[in-house]
Amino acid sequence: MTAKTQTMDLLPRYALAVLSHLALVLAWYLFVRFGDVPKFVMPSPVDTVKVLFSGTYEWWPNVLVTGTEIIGGYAIALVVGVLLALVFTWSKWLEAAFMPLLVSLNMIPKVALGPLIIVWFKYGVFPNTLMAFSIAVFPILLTTARGLREVEPDLLDLVKTLRGSRWQIFIKIQLPGALPYIFSGMKVAAILAVAGAIVGEFLGSDKGLGYMMLQVQVTLDTDAMFMAVILITLIGVLLYGAVLVLERLLVVKDARID
Amino acid sequence: MEPFIHLAGVRKVFRKGATEFLAISEATFDVMPGDLVALVGPSGCGKTTLLKILAGLYDYDGGTVRIGTGTHPFDPSRDIGMVFQQPLLLRWRRIVDNVLLPTELLGLPAKASRERALALLAMVGLAGFEDKYPYELSGGMQQRAAIARALVHDPKLVLMDEPFGALDALTREKMNLELLRIWKESGKTIVFVTHGISEAVFLGTRVVVLTAGPARMADNFEVQLPHPRTLDMKTNERFGEYTRRIYHLLGME
Ligand SMILES: Nc1ncnc2c1ncn2[C@@H]1O[C@H](COP(=O)(O)OP(=O)(O)OP(=O)(O)O)[C@@H](O)[C@H]1O
Ligand SMILES: [Mg+2]
Repeated sequence: MTAKTQTMDLLPRYALAVLSHLALVLAWYLFVRFGDVPKFVMPSPVDTVKVLFSGTYEWWPNVLVTGTEIIGGYAIALVVGVLLALVFTWSKWLEAAFMPLLVSLNMIPKVALGPLIIVWFKYGVFPNTLMAFSIAVFPILLTTARGLREVEPDLLDLVKTLRGSRWQIFIKIQLPGALPYIFSGMKVAAILAVAGAIVGEFLGSDKGLGYMMLQVQVTLDTDAMFMAVILITLIGVLLYGAVLVLERLLVVKDARID
Repeated sequence: MEPFIHLAGVRKVFRKGATEFLAISEATFDVMPGDLVALVGPSGCGKTTLLKILAGLYDYDGGTVRIGTGTHPFDPSRDIGMVFQQPLLLRWRRIVDNVLLPTELLGLPAKASRERALALLAMVGLAGFEDKYPYELSGGMQQRAAIARALVHDPKLVLMDEPFGALDALTREKMNLELLRIWKESGKTIVFVTHGISEAVFLGTRVVVLTAGPARMADNFEVQLPHPRTLDMKTNERFGEYTRRIYHLLGME
């Protein structure tokens, strides 16, 4: 249980967050405007936004592709990670057999898997979703397994004296107790899923924002590169924000792990 | 009258591989219905082990354990309430929902249980805190909620394992008085583990003294102090005799 030593009202908190973002954009603008920076090195925020509406590129379909890969890989990672953790807490044998194996597999650099995945599944949304999944599943599995294990032995005794079933223990004690851990894994996984999908697109793809970046790199259209990075970041921020909102709804303040 | 709990020659050995550890060599005592028995002894002498045997959580390796009588029947699957050193409240549940946990496990009717939980919370002095989360309560208040949780399914026997061990001295004294009041009001049979010697004498209608390595019953006596007990009894002659008697047994004079 961590005590929040300093609390702050929500409104000034949000206001400050928005301000710091705006300040960064302003600094960027001023730097480009007065720093004599060549346009192909760093475009101004204005040019960057312009390229979004210039009609030169098809942004929306590519956002959809990358978004699908990220969200899809993430969703599969969440389901698979939580289910595996569940199976492992139910069966010590399965855990002893497969947990070390999965830890070893996790040591494989996912980037190194990229070329293989392409050989197996060709270019496209599916292999990149797989990349996002493979990199996001572990933090969720590990934190969930840890959270499900964190049950006070005395509390289990209390349940046992009243002949509580394994299902009751799971649904009333283990799962709600594990939620803060699951969310801490989900936050890490959100960041990793974005990285996984983009790496997948870099390695081999014919659509998506990562693919676009490689295309415009050739033509030195830095405006578009910046815009692509911003859009990728926005997808990540949206995903992360959704996780935070869900956490707020489901986990009591006292139990949240930051 | 027949004893509610009858322990005779209870023996407990912990085995790990080939090594054996004798935790309790011979425990014999009776508890009358409605008694508050204080189990006192040094750390590691087997108090918790004995309590878990009573709770049906541990097997034992010899002797007899019998709980319940014809007039005071005992159902081991629903007649035990437990309080531990830590409150062990579920931090995602409001206080009243924490108190309700045993009734959910037993599948008791929700509405009646809720009324009972609210009444119990009032009895332990937590009226107005029903909808708070555990972290919004002090340690002593959390422990009161834990006591309400131990009573909510109306068990015949309440087992308490150093329930006030984690509290400061002042809160502890206050909780002792509260416990006596709750015990009187609820009429439960309580087995109370402590390593506080004066706490044992102050609370107990009977005190059972265990000595360590391995736990042996050293003494078992009725505390003849009137009820309701008051804090100034701690300074009276007889109270002093009882505590000296225990100090002597534990070799701490
Ligand atoms: N599950 C167990 N397996 C093996 N040994 C155990 C187990 N539980 C307790 N013991 C041993 O039995 C002895 C009695 O333990 P117990 O927990 O009953 O002591 P206690 O009187 O409750 O001590 P304390 O006052 O410190 O809580 C100790 O030496 C302990 O190491
Ligand atoms: Mg103990």
